[in-house]
Amino acid sequence: MSDELPPFQRFLDGHRDVVWRFLVSSVGHSEAEDCFQETFIAALRAYPRLRADSNLRAWVLTIAHRKAMDAHRGRSRRAVPVADPAAVDARSATARPAHDEALWNAVGELPARQRSAVVLRYVGDLPHRDVAAAIGCSEEAARRSLHEGLTRLRKVVPA
Amino acid sequence: MSGSTNETGPIEDALRRSVGPSGGRRRDAGAGERQVSERQAGDAARRLAARVAAEGLADVSYASADSPFGPLLVATTRRGLVRVAFPEEDVDSVLESLARGLSPRIVEAPAPLDTVRRELDEYFQGRRRDFALELDWALVGRFGRRVLRVTSQIPYGGVQSYGEVAADAGSPRGSRAAGNALGSNPIPIVIPCHRVLRSGGALGGYGGGVERKRWLLELEGAIAVRRQGERVARQRAPRRD
Repeated sequence: MSDELPPFQRFLDGHRDVVWRFLVSSVGHSEAEDCFQETFIAALRAYPRLRADSNLRAWVLTIAHRKAMDAHRGRSRRAVPVADPAAVDARSATARPAHDEALWNAVGELPARQRSAVVLRYVGDLPHRDVAAAIGCSEEAARRSLHEGLTRLRKVVPA
Repeated sequence: MSGSTNETGPIEDALRRSVGPSGGRRRDAGAGERQVSERQAGDAARRLAARVAAEGLADVSYASADSPFGPLLVATTRRGLVRVAFPEEDVDSVLESLARGLSPRIVEAPAPLDTVRRELDEYFQGRRRDFALELDWALVGRFGRRVLRVTSQIPYGGVQSYGEVAADAGSPRGSRAAGNALGSNPIPIVIPCHRVLRSGGALGGYGGGVERKRWLLELEGAIAVRRQGERVARQRAPRRD
């Protein structure tokens, strides 16, 4: 690791793809843009106070996770189903196998913590320790949520 | 733990391979999907950078400016233009030194630099003699500031010697120090360090290369356009060396 924080633009360049994928997986396409903006604005505000040896990927995914939770809460207040079909980008829906669609619909229907654990682990590519830190629970609780989420997905989606 | 979190089952592989409800990610995902996702992320990042620059949340904004030398990197703070970098300067090194010297809150956003880019354009086309830009001197030390302020007073088409600039900056025997300050000018072209020559009219050095110094002085009519390698320095305001 460098002993200095990278310029914010380089941090943004380096993590925009993973944050975008995480948010699209977590809140759907229609809300990903707002969450993306809020995530990186929050990151920018806090940025100069960050330690240079921080795990930037885990840090920004933690912020993105919080923004996704806020979006979920807002959506449940509006009583819209979590797996909103309109949230799926029509263009890619036609381009991908039906199997993946079923899988991601099932991910969208997982309880919030299980969904976060699954998406942080497999889309964010974070180790269990960082998944736990992002969700704000113990590593064991994160492993449990991940296990429960995967078990549920296996039931819903034929492998 | 029981190890029951199987990391290699078909569901896990599908989650890794795919990328959620829109876009592809791994090498084995459809290239089209991956490109869609990366393009969307890139667009979102550009909107973000433009927004934080417009709302004043960024401490430094930078952009590329066309020039006859190739693309210049231009950077501004809320105070004004803080850096002009020549094309051969490594962008990452320039950004890292701005992060160290000013703030790491740096974004690439063209809008705050529209005026800078327009004035540079006009200058390179020979349609502008003076820049009407606010400058931020934060990257320049105390002595350097005196030297560069004196340099800013040299008019378009004029030249001065290192010794004259040093004397005006209050350091009559410091022409070498003045040369160093000019050599580390963070805002070349706009702060016209190319207008400072050796006494006797030899071009001396230039941070962007002496060929560019010659080109700029020819553009400004301070030296005659070369014919058969001949070069003439015309001092508009002759002074003692």
